[in-house]
Amino acid sequence: MVTAADSSVAAHARYEPVIGLEVHVQLLTVTKIFCSCSTRFGDPPNTNVCPVCLGLPGALPVLNRKAVEFAVLAAMALNCRVNETSIFARKNYFYPDLPKGYQISQYDRPLAEHGWIDIDSEGGTKKIGITRLHLEEDAGKSLHEGFPDAVEKTAIDLNRSGVPLIEIVSEPDIASPGEAYEYLTRLKEIILYTGVSDCNMEEGSLRCDANVSVRPHGQKEFGTKTEVKNVNSFRFIREALAYEIERQIELIDSGGKVTQETRLYNANEGKTYGMRSKEQAHDYRYFPEPDLLPLVVDEKWSSQIRKLLPELPEARRERMVVDYGITEKDAQVLTSSKALADQFEEAAKSAKNPKRVANLVQSELIGRLKAKGLEIEQSPISMKGVAQSSDLVDVGAISGKMLKDLYDLCFQRGKDFPVVYDEEGRPQQSSDTSALEKIIDELIAANPRQVEQYRAGKKTVAGFFVGQVMKASKGQANPQVVNELVAKKLG
Amino acid sequence: MEPKSLTIDAARSAVQQRTASAISLTESFYARIQNDDPKIGAYLTLCKERALAKAAEIDTLAEKGERLPLLGGVPVAIKDVMVTKGVRTTAGSKILGNYIPPYDCTAVARLEAAGAIVLGKLNCDEFAMGSSNENSAWKPVHNPRDLSRVPGGSSGGAAAAVAADMAVAALGSDTGGSIRQPASFCGVVGLMPTYGRVSRYGLIAFASSLDHIGPLTKTVRDAATVLGVIAGRDPMDSTSAEVPVPDYVTELEKPVHGLKIGVAKEYFGEGLDTEVRKSVEAAIQKLADLGCEIVEVSLPHTKYAIPTYYIVATAEASANLARFDGVRYGFRAPEARTLSAMYRCTRDLGFGAEVKRRIMLGTYALSAGYYDAYYLKAQRVRTLLTRDFEEAFKKVDAIVTPTSPTPAFKLGEKVDDPLAMYLADIYTVTADLAGIPGISVPCGETREKLPIGLQILGKHFDEATILRVAHAYEQAA
Repeated sequence: MVTAADSSVAAHARYEPVIGLEVHVQLLTVTKIFCSCSTRFGDPPNTNVCPVCLGLPGALPVLNRKAVEFAVLAAMALNCRVNETSIFARKNYFYPDLPKGYQISQYDRPLAEHGWIDIDSEGGTKKIGITRLHLEEDAGKSLHEGFPDAVEKTAIDLNRSGVPLIEIVSEPDIASPGEAYEYLTRLKEIILYTGVSDCNMEEGSLRCDANVSVRPHGQKEFGTKTEVKNVNSFRFIREALAYEIERQIELIDSGGKVTQETRLYNANEGKTYGMRSKEQAHDYRYFPEPDLLPLVVDEKWSSQIRKLLPELPEARRERMVVDYGITEKDAQVLTSSKALADQFEEAAKSAKNPKRVANLVQSELIGRLKAKGLEIEQSPISMKGVAQSSDLVDVGAISGKMLKDLYDLCFQRGKDFPVVYDEEGRPQQSSDTSALEKIIDELIAANPRQVEQYRAGKKTVAGFFVGQVMKASKGQANPQVVNELVAKKLG
Repeated sequence: MEPKSLTIDAARSAVQQRTASAISLTESFYARIQNDDPKIGAYLTLCKERALAKAAEIDTLAEKGERLPLLGGVPVAIKDVMVTKGVRTTAGSKILGNYIPPYDCTAVARLEAAGAIVLGKLNCDEFAMGSSNENSAWKPVHNPRDLSRVPGGSSGGAAAAVAADMAVAALGSDTGGSIRQPASFCGVVGLMPTYGRVSRYGLIAFASSLDHIGPLTKTVRDAATVLGVIAGRDPMDSTSAEVPVPDYVTELEKPVHGLKIGVAKEYFGEGLDTEVRKSVEAAIQKLADLGCEIVEVSLPHTKYAIPTYYIVATAEASANLARFDGVRYGFRAPEARTLSAMYRCTRDLGFGAEVKRRIMLGTYALSAGYYDAYYLKAQRVRTLLTRDFEEAFKKVDAIVTPTSPTPAFKLGEKVDDPLAMYLADIYTVTADLAGIPGISVPCGETREKLPIGLQILGKHFDEATILRVAHAYEQAA
């Protein structure tokens, strides 16, 4: 009997998805791309506006150099070729939150082209091409709630109008929802490293549209694609793509045809819905923006910008594996954000034994975080704390057991290591031999049978005494010292 | 002091020497406007409060015996396509009927900073689209020299106000001839500077790559003075050029003897009125008499100028006018119930026929499948036209042509024939397309006492030479 699931698997084996992603990233400039208004998020509506970003009659755009630098930085980090001359163009469409009736963007001569990023896929590392990266301005926001007559009116907030964006368009190299997820994760990581955006999806500073089609394995031509919009997390993009691929395959298998259209993803239902075709019959009538000169990023400017390019995550991971003797996987965790990696490296370098810091993160920190379901950024113990604890172990001030206990307390109390260490009265592992000797003498007196066994040659019994001493000292005795003393007294 | 035939220097020195106060001078201009403008229709909005406040400021300076700035106490007026803070600015359109801008156009701000007194806003074709001022949504302008005739356009109000002594000088805008053609129709001087010479910030855009702000004045010297005030780099306009601004007034006095003046046969062909031809030829002779060398030049692509212009200009206009959608400011159709109905009704009721025609033309020229054949090709021809001039200017210092093929025509004569109307700009659009400066200076009259204009075209950023030639001709004529 052939089940529905079987036939689905069979269908998937016959078709391959083709996915291309368009990602919009807001740049973290202080002012907007064509005027000097603030880009601050969350201010009262229509307070960060001026004639230029309101599109008032007679106003003209003037390009923000910082936005260009940020875009070029991102382009370089994504291995793009930055075009010496690029051209701004007007993208014409009517929408209430688009004040000029056109968006200033770039069209046939974008800022940068021919980039790529590496992602992990089932078959190992895979290169995903980046077709182009261009600069453009953001539109405002239409508000449908949060004001008195929202039932019958739409309000417009133009604070966001003119905030600089880069649009990053991938090649249709992505072959599965999982790869799309991986591409977005890597892309975000790289952008975060450059510091040109905070990539905050909730605040809309990273937005993604996906083009997806399916074709029978082995076919060269692309199938008809749909564009999936309105997806606000990487997880939802993966789900939306999975749904859309399934939908297209079923449609084709049942003799239907995929219609080229824009589809909106409904995250609650996990489904995509086609927009009415009327809303998408767009001819943007691009033409060169006559109010702006061609953008020239010459060799000199470009090399100045290149100097600002930080070490990127991939390279950093490789170096950290060598420098700290950690695994690829731990390097992955430690480089998940630039801030974290910076903290780690700073702490590790200041510690007496950098490798121990790395080992502690790996063996003591990550497991505890996992148990608590915390991300490394949420760790109660900072990298500085890890470094301090590492130094204490290194000089023999605390034992490994004590460190474990202190870490447990840090997680219980939600406090950093130095705080808990102080709260606990800066405990030291004991090496006061007179106190230890007294304990050992008492133990020898109380356990004559074990003493006899030892003296008869069963040297392992020493362990029993050492254990008892450690217990009596509440783990604070220096095990090495205890070992020596026990051997001496029994001998 | 009487506004009649008052020049900038005369007005300024009268106020400086206290033979007239700036306030009394301003009042006398308003009296003249009140008396004469009802039959001419040059003004759309008066800004008395602002003017009198500025006049008082100038009077205080003059009383203290301080040296007045270049335009100190000089009453001027502004074409209604330049925004003025707190003063209604309509661009001659119903869609901006109630629009009060929150900022000043750079050129206007520079005039005022130089002491000029802005009397009010001048009538024009809607969004500067027209050659007769009959496309104003508010009222037509009558030519002060013959009230049955048009003043030209689109800066018809500006030319008429200066010609009728209702302003000492005016700022107009020129996209295809809109300063020079009305200047020639009304018998005044009209100067279009090089593209990039004067900031466009605050000029309500018609066609961004072709729009220029420039003065209309009674004398060439006044045009030189005003240009000196408004010219120069403005950080608010990316296309304004970082080219030093010479002292145009001093440059006027340099001799013209030995200058090479080009004459292009393409500007003397079919459609040129015989009386206009005669006057222009006489003017060329006059220049020869002044010691200029007359050289024949060729501008072979001239015949493509009008179609090229009407593709580039309308394409840009179709985008520039998209912002008038009823959402944020200006007119909004009151009865519309849906978003698309609001757009459609607002724009249908708010724009006049010619504006709609040009938006349609431009939208078509940019549409998928037509872009290469129209817009792109027009841009290529534009490059060829520019090269024509560059070639010619290797041989000559300036080129003279008629400003317009005919003198002022009758109101209503061409309103039903847009193509005939477009041909009124046949000698002026080329300079806009090439970005070179041009000036129209009066050169005689027809038997019917209608003014005729001589156009002098110059090299990029060489306004000084065309002003010098125009000045020499004006003094000799």
